[in-house]
Amino acid sequence: MDVFITALGLVFDPYVLMVIFLSAVFGLFVGSIPGLTATMATALLVPVTFFMEPVPAIAAIGTAVAMAIFAGDIPGALLRIPGTPASAAYVDEAYTLTQKGQAERALGTSLVCAAFGGLFGIVVLTTSAPALAEFALNFSSFEYFWLACLGLTCAAVISTEAPVRGLVSLLIGLFISTIGIGIVGGYPRFTFNITELLGGVSFIPAMIGMFAVSEILRYATQTGERPVIPQQPIRNLFKGLGPILWRYKVNMVRGSVIGTGIGALPGAGADIAAWIAYAISKKSSKEPEKFGTGHVEGLVDSGSANNAGLGGAWVPAIVFGIPGDSVTAIVIGVLFMKGMNPGPTVFLYEPQLIYAVFIAFFLANIALIPLGFIAIRSARQVLRIPRRALMPLILIFCIVGAFAINNTVFGVIIMLILGVLAWIMEENHIPVAPAILGIVLGPLLEDNFLTSMIKSEGSLLGFFERPISAVLGVMTLAAWLLPLVLWLLRKRRSAGASAAP
Amino acid sequence: MRLNDAVLGVILLLFAAAVIVHAQTSFPGLPGQDYGPAFFPTVIGSGLALCGIIFVIQGVARLREVPLVRLGSWASSSRHVANLLVVLGALLFYILLSDILGFFITSTVLLTGLLVQFRNRFLPSLGMAVAATFVVHFFFYKMLLVPLPWGFLEPFAW
Repeated sequence: MDVFITALGLVFDPYVLMVIFLSAVFGLFVGSIPGLTATMATALLVPVTFFMEPVPAIAAIGTAVAMAIFAGDIPGALLRIPGTPASAAYVDEAYTLTQKGQAERALGTSLVCAAFGGLFGIVVLTTSAPALAEFALNFSSFEYFWLACLGLTCAAVISTEAPVRGLVSLLIGLFISTIGIGIVGGYPRFTFNITELLGGVSFIPAMIGMFAVSEILRYATQTGERPVIPQQPIRNLFKGLGPILWRYKVNMVRGSVIGTGIGALPGAGADIAAWIAYAISKKSSKEPEKFGTGHVEGLVDSGSANNAGLGGAWVPAIVFGIPGDSVTAIVIGVLFMKGMNPGPTVFLYEPQLIYAVFIAFFLANIALIPLGFIAIRSARQVLRIPRRALMPLILIFCIVGAFAINNTVFGVIIMLILGVLAWIMEENHIPVAPAILGIVLGPLLEDNFLTSMIKSEGSLLGFFERPISAVLGVMTLAAWLLPLVLWLLRKRRSAGASAAP
Repeated sequence: MRLNDAVLGVILLLFAAAVIVHAQTSFPGLPGQDYGPAFFPTVIGSGLALCGIIFVIQGVARLREVPLVRLGSWASSSRHVANLLVVLGALLFYILLSDILGFFITSTVLLTGLLVQFRNRFLPSLGMAVAATFVVHFFFYKMLLVPLPWGFLEPFAW
């Protein structure tokens, strides 16, 4: 109980509350603007949070992301352009409602479901994390090696369309993580006598490059028309909402459960949670024929799922230090840079920090209702802000952010190189998220592998001798083989289909 | 810029080969241990090489349908090519000249150039660039104590 009171004190501090409020406004703004994603919001926030204490820093990122994921629904409903990828699953449904003159209903449902899903995810996080952490205290380098492997595998293989492309991205990330003085023998690798590279590729400039600069490059080369903003007035957001939500209460809970579960899987984040929740909603609905014609049922499921996914993604990140998506990967990277090692021991030594973060997330999701309401009311003004004026401002912010970490222009060089790399990767349909996980988890993977090899005196069997380690190992190998098996099955089926006309 | 998978695969193979050769030839081994600094990069390089081979096979199979290099629609629009070059140029401009010109001048010039290139009118662009430069400078230099360069304006630093 003492811990809880200390934690409350840490959050209800005017400075922390102000940080939460400002990052909420920032998140809502970034999320509402198409082309600026929740990950980009994180990337732009990180240089600022770098100068803060851990609690406000993590609270700021968590709040901004929760807000951005909801706010992505706003241009989705009004313009049929998802503000963030997490809204893509139901953007057509929401826009059809708007066309029917029911924009208020679409956005009201989204808002309440987002807050509900978000709170649900945080409750699961708060209740499950301490127990899992106690369990994880028994983990040794063998288990951590497999956990890192499993996380990276899921990120690369399962959650991307083409596993090979995800794998390339992951390997590029892992390669980047080997640059600099290695953990092994302190030998500088791939530094080519560049002093600034001895400490490795600085993580924050790398991430700003991959998630913000690449986005600016994409904007600069984007051809096509600007969307027209609808002139539908939005007045009574919550009118008639009660009966709808009551009718779909099961969907709200189901969406939240699915979202939290998928979010907790390494590599699968809010966007995948929304797609799956929408599909399940349609499959189990009594009126599946209404889906796609402006029906709120699917919105309830997937709108809850994507915000619940955020809470889920924090579970492996906080408990094991293994990030579940690119946002938590960024947070883990920042914590490492601050010299904090995320993992179960934090629960032992500094539980008040963890509980303070949980309380801050809880607050943020409650604040989502009033702030989201204001964001919806001001959406038409925000959507009118021209991106041609916004993008240069974002670029100067990126430059200063990349510079600020080590106070050298070398950060800007790294940002430029990785920004161009990420842009080329995305142009060629190679996802960027696995690379950032690779950069963060690479050192952990190598360190735990080599420590384990020293412990087991070079025998690979050591990785399967402890029970938990063996289970994790089998799961990882299964995740590697799964795409291959699926591919073979598909091949056999298509061969069968062509043989029998 | 969309490359045929075969081209991507060849690039990956070359890169993988460079990584492996460099790691194997120049990284020292650790006495009494099988796994030294070269081990992890070699595994990564091998993985990349494997992906490269898969890419080449997939790419060659579809060589008739997919050209080796296909430029995006932006490449045929001189304005968008210029957009791209101006963004990259702006970053290079900052990297090369910020220490000499100082943050104020570099940022103002960079922002004005980008805003005008993105088809904003000149005077509003200049106004916005100056305002944004001051806001960013105040926020990072005064509040977060980031030592943004003054360049030759050092005598006037505040």
